[in-house]
Amino acid sequence: MQQVLDVLIISTKAFFGPLAVFYALMAIGLNVHFGYTGLLNFGQIGFAMLGGFGIAISVTTYGLPFVVGVLVGLLAAVLFALLLGLPTLRLRADYLAIVTIAAAEILRLLFRSVSATPITGATRGLSGFSGDFYALSPFETSARYTILGARWSGRELWVVSVGWTLVALGCLAVWLLMRSPWGRVIKAIREDEDAARSLGKNVYAYKMQSLILGGIFGALGGMIYALATSSANPDQYQSANTFLAYAALILGGTARVLGPVIGAMIFWFLLAFTESGLVELTGADGIIPPEILSSTDVAQIRFVLVGLGLMTLLIFRPQGIFGDRREVMLDAR
Amino acid sequence: MPAEFSKRTSPLRDVASQVGVAKPDPAIVVDDVTRTFGGLVAVQVEHLEFQRGCITGLIGPNGAGKTTLFNLLTGFDQANSGRWTFDGKPLAKLPPHRVARLGVVRTFQLTKALSRLSVLDNMMLGATGQRGESMWRALLPGMWRGQEREVEDRANELLERFKLDTKRADFAGTLSGGQRKLLEMARALMSQPKVVMLDEPMAGVNPALTQSLLEHVKDLREQGMTVVFVEHDMDVVRDISDWVVVMAAGKVIAESPPESISHNKEVVDAYLGAHHDAPLTVEEEDKVLAEAEAVIRAERAAQAEALDAAAREPL
Repeated sequence: MQQVLDVLIISTKAFFGPLAVFYALMAIGLNVHFGYTGLLNFGQIGFAMLGGFGIAISVTTYGLPFVVGVLVGLLAAVLFALLLGLPTLRLRADYLAIVTIAAAEILRLLFRSVSATPITGATRGLSGFSGDFYALSPFETSARYTILGARWSGRELWVVSVGWTLVALGCLAVWLLMRSPWGRVIKAIREDEDAARSLGKNVYAYKMQSLILGGIFGALGGMIYALATSSANPDQYQSANTFLAYAALILGGTARVLGPVIGAMIFWFLLAFTESGLVELTGADGIIPPEILSSTDVAQIRFVLVGLGLMTLLIFRPQGIFGDRREVMLDAR
Repeated sequence: MPAEFSKRTSPLRDVASQVGVAKPDPAIVVDDVTRTFGGLVAVQVEHLEFQRGCITGLIGPNGAGKTTLFNLLTGFDQANSGRWTFDGKPLAKLPPHRVARLGVVRTFQLTKALSRLSVLDNMMLGATGQRGESMWRALLPGMWRGQEREVEDRANELLERFKLDTKRADFAGTLSGGQRKLLEMARALMSQPKVVMLDEPMAGVNPALTQSLLEHVKDLREQGMTVVFVEHDMDVVRDISDWVVVMAAGKVIAESPPESISHNKEVVDAYLGAHHDAPLTVEEEDKVLAEAEAVIRAERAAQAEALDAAAREPL
């Protein structure tokens, strides 16, 4: 019984943890891109990396104040969006997908290259940039707090408080935008660009705005991630993260304000639940013998199980948790 | 009969039926426009004028370049060369949304209903100059709420006129083909256009709905709009258009009032092929018969010769 409770406590912590914040912010951005505008951005992790390294490079490498680092990160994301969007947004949607996934990888390889060592720290990455951030914390950073049975450090509490505040503000902004005439144009572009053009809408400018907005959410996510881990390493920003964020978005439901947020929370809850659950089951007094599943395989097998769960969801509830089934059915025609 | 009335008072009654003829008050003037796709000349129009406040039908066989001309005029395609103006303002090289903002809106051959938007949202999208369409002002509902209500009222009025008001809250994707055509036309009207370009507005619409669509098109003229439409159904063309322009192989081959268009030799040739209906004269018939007989005789002679030769062969 205590074991079940332990598993639940660990999973609940993951439900609210910094990784859930990171993925929620990335998925909110992807929701703006993919859910509302129909832009296939497969390079969201690139935006996140620019956010994280924006702070890390500014503070650690150049000794600038923390606030400047945040601004640099956001500006870098805007420039990245412009760089990606200018040549591709006039073309069909798939070109953007190709360019974004390639650009995110190029960026990562560039940041980890030996010649970039003086600036990015290459494969060792950068650290020691989060001091100013934690100095702002109202919680005692070295103290331990127990909430719902889970033990949180003051640092963790501070980073998730800031993170969830950003998520809430982001949701508010998306909600305000998508119920406005601006949102109507954005959704019309998703449905049919030429129709929007024929009604006098500058589709290119709207797509660019959407790309920038979603990219900024990606950068904010990357900042939270870098601050939570107190380090920025190029190899933390693998392209697989983009697709995990897509999985969270689809799980929650696309084109819904809360879809990406709840999706990311449930996604990390499930990952933590399967992992800690399997660890208990395969442990010394577990019921699964090591011949069937050894505890070293748990990290991999949890993704298999969550993947199976996602497949089941898409078969029985293709619209995700919050989606509208009628919308998805219209798409199928 | 309002149709008769409008024909007698049509500003085009004194215009000669010839290609490139000048109209009394042209809204759109096209000059030397060419568009080629590889080696294929899709459009090559020397001079063409569309009369303001009239319904001009654009007809021609498949592949004549009607839709390409539409795409060029509305900025959806780029011409290789040429100029065209609307109210004296050059339209060439303008992107489609700028053309639309000048007051030239179009519909599409394959209807573009925005499936996952409600019918009302489809309509409201059509309104131009909306303050809330700017990203920053969108965040401040106070800036656009008043205008939004006006737009909604206008959308509801139009929906009633097009008998779509009961579908207001439905997704546009649930409408039938004919209703989508209606919605697309109504949506175009939301922008309060000066010129409406309809690409096959009746395609795939059942006959009952065709009649109501026709009335709506005539209505546009009553409200002073210039209408250009592409259509294949000649009954429809004859019924509503004031002037007909015929295209074939990218060129304008004839223009005239709709009553006389079917007597035009060029037009008939374009649709049915030259010499399709010229009857054979007696001499021609004799000639054809004589040729056929000669062929048969020659064959028989050759056969007989071959048999003779075989008979002469020693066994």
